[in-house]
Amino acid sequence: MDLTRSLPEREAFASGSRTRFGRVTLALLTAVLLGIFLLFITLPVVSLFLRISPEAFLRSLGEPVVLDALALSLITAAVSTAIVVLFGTPLALVNARREYRGRELVDTLTDLPIVLPPAVAGIALLMAFGRRGVIGQYLDIFGIHIAFTTLAVVIAQVFVASPFYIRQAKASFEAVDRLYEDAARTLGASPATVAFRITIPLAWGGLVSGAILSFARALGEFGATIMFAGNFQGRTQTMPLAIYTTMQGDLDAAISLAIILVMISFAVIAAVKIAARRRY
Amino acid sequence: MLSVHVTRHLRDFTLDVAFSVQPGETLVLIGENGAGKSTVLNLISGILTPKSGKIVLGDRTLYSDEERIDIPAENRNVGHLFQSYALFPHMTVFENVAFGLRCRKVPKAEIARVVAEQLRSMNLADLSDVNVARLSGGQRQRVALARALVLDPELLLLDEPLAAVDMRAQGAMRKELRDRLRNAGIPCIVATHNLRDLLELGDRVCLIEEGRVAALGTPEEVLSMRDNEFIASFTGLEQ
Repeated sequence: MDLTRSLPEREAFASGSRTRFGRVTLALLTAVLLGIFLLFITLPVVSLFLRISPEAFLRSLGEPVVLDALALSLITAAVSTAIVVLFGTPLALVNARREYRGRELVDTLTDLPIVLPPAVAGIALLMAFGRRGVIGQYLDIFGIHIAFTTLAVVIAQVFVASPFYIRQAKASFEAVDRLYEDAARTLGASPATVAFRITIPLAWGGLVSGAILSFARALGEFGATIMFAGNFQGRTQTMPLAIYTTMQGDLDAAISLAIILVMISFAVIAAVKIAARRRY
Repeated sequence: MLSVHVTRHLRDFTLDVAFSVQPGETLVLIGENGAGKSTVLNLISGILTPKSGKIVLGDRTLYSDEERIDIPAENRNVGHLFQSYALFPHMTVFENVAFGLRCRKVPKAEIARVVAEQLRSMNLADLSDVNVARLSGGQRQRVALARALVLDPELLLLDEPLAAVDMRAQGAMRKELRDRLRNAGIPCIVATHNLRDLLELGDRVCLIEEGRVAALGTPEEVLSMRDNEFIASFTGLEQ
């Protein structure tokens, strides 16, 4: 025992070393947990790239099943994102700015697809728009069939991807200081001018990143699509469906499609970060 | 002439004020924080709606609960300068000043000419293409004033017009502001915490306490009410 120190000093020394020991242990533990988790996330993604040669990847890119799926996915995801933006922007703006009875309910309903399992969304859409569905049976009289068409792919994507845009858009509109809108009105701006020249430009970064997230969700949509739109190459077989289908025969094509989706996902994350950083 | 009588429920009390302002006259509103000064300005410019009352500007009724008139803010032609100026951060100085003219569908060439002239008269010509985020407090104040004056408003409302201008520039800015208000020849209302603003800008003063007009008169009359707690601290602190 160190007798050159007084009792309080010894206690302070001991507790000091204890906290230092504790801090080092905590840092090590955190680093290990972080390392394991990062490995868990990156290893599967890296494995995709390790399991296929560049030549095989390029060869697969020429396969009709891959090309069809890529084209269909990009077109349907772009169309569904456009629809989500068209309907979602006014809705988000109204819910961010106006108090009305039932606003909470509208918010909850627009959020619903996020928590709804895709398989549930798929069967729900089928029950609504299918040939014998609630609306579908009347459309059927006029010879209009929605289920198992490209339109069904778009509807499924809009259904599952819309909350991603609407939530982000609403938050961005709420972040715009009302003072700018008030000032614009005293300068003679109608409500529409205020929305288009003040509120939307000031919320722009958030709107763009919301649209990108919604596009990414639409691109990855699987469950609702396969149930409601089916799995027909060139018509309803989007990339995730094509991966599922080709995996059983042509693994190279499946991996190639997966790699393309991974690259798009990375691009999406980068784009969202850039959009979020850019102001006005 | 502007004549105002408005009521509105605020959190802790009911606002109920009445006054009038002649063309070319500046009325200064003073009172504690939260007494209702900014609310009065917002009610007059139409950003907020009164519970009851009547606002008449010249020969136009802007608001009347009895006649069920409530002209929206965008059609009142009232210049309103906010305490923080509320310059649009995504626009240049030129775009800020041109904003109201664009809303009125003024032809492009006309906008370019009128805005350039306004900027020149306010010593802002060099800053035309600068983003407003890069301006000093005094420059912001001038842009906000230019943005309102370029529309030839029939009434000017200023909320703490010099609060965001740094101390050294305030004296000169105040003189400049006084000249511009005089030249505008329209009724003006200035809400302020600053005794200098009151003395240099005010033709008449209105003291608001908990939503009521506690005093209304010339600066000398109102400032001589030394038994009023607010006036005592207002004049005591600043002199």
